[in-house]
Amino acid sequence: MSLWEPETLELKTGEDIIRARQRVRTCMIDQGFSLIDQTKMVTAASELARNTVDYGKGGTMHIEPLADAGRIGIRLVFLDHGPGIKDIERALQDGFTTGFGLGLGLSGSKRLVNEFKIWSEPDKGTQVTVTRWR
Amino acid sequence: MDKIPILKIGDILLVTIQVDMHDRLAVSLQDDLTARIVKDHAKGVLIDISSLDIVDSFIGRMLGYIAAMSQALGAQTVVVGMRPAVAITIVELGLPMENIQTALNVEKGVENLKRAMENSEKGIHHESLGTRNP
Repeated sequence: MSLWEPETLELKTGEDIIRARQRVRTCMIDQGFSLIDQTKMVTAASELARNTVDYGKGGTMHIEPLADAGRIGIRLVFLDHGPGIKDIERALQDGFTTGFGLGLGLSGSKRLVNEFKIWSEPDKGTQVTVTRWR
Repeated sequence: MDKIPILKIGDILLVTIQVDMHDRLAVSLQDDLTARIVKDHAKGVLIDISSLDIVDSFIGRMLGYIAAMSQALGAQTVVVGMRPAVAITIVELGLPMENIQTALNVEKGVENLKRAMENSEKGIHHESLGTRNP
């Protein structure tokens, strides 16, 4: 099993979202994740990358392999310097949306990962960190 | 720019989504498909998603829009070929699929559509069609 190098991808357009998704997929295949694990994490990455592009006015996705006490994992960090989220508690509820989406981005992706952390400050930006263990 | 091909089989239009959808492609598919429903007097639309390795809320929303638009033009939509890992993931994501009719594969989808068309010719309402909730 190869541990690939961490890297940071730019998220500005719809095409960037597709590229980010493909990168998460190949990294997870490298780490030997199951198809269901891959599908869940790639779907979460797609939701969060779209939030970064649509609501954060663009940003980055950092992707890194984890090896902790024999556990293999993958961590993704989505960062933007957009308008931020005023009420994080509310934003984490199903159906909350400020746009025209379904409001599943944050709440839905939280259910698809093992660990979920969010930091956001109005006018400063948003950072969402998600981890999935094999 | 990529285009998603639309094939005509009798009264049915078959759309096979084989590429990663991005926003522009999704919008152009809606435009092309609604134009074809009118031009070809189509009574049914089959959307084959067996090539998609994920369905996120963006694609889910697009499928819902297509189903609603087709319905408004007098054509039923059935989404076929969802992969098992995708089905597991969209349930956890919380994607609402109750307005979208689904079938296991193209063959079953065609059967469902034909039955719905016969019923509508006999004046029976479509509610008898499978997984649809009012």
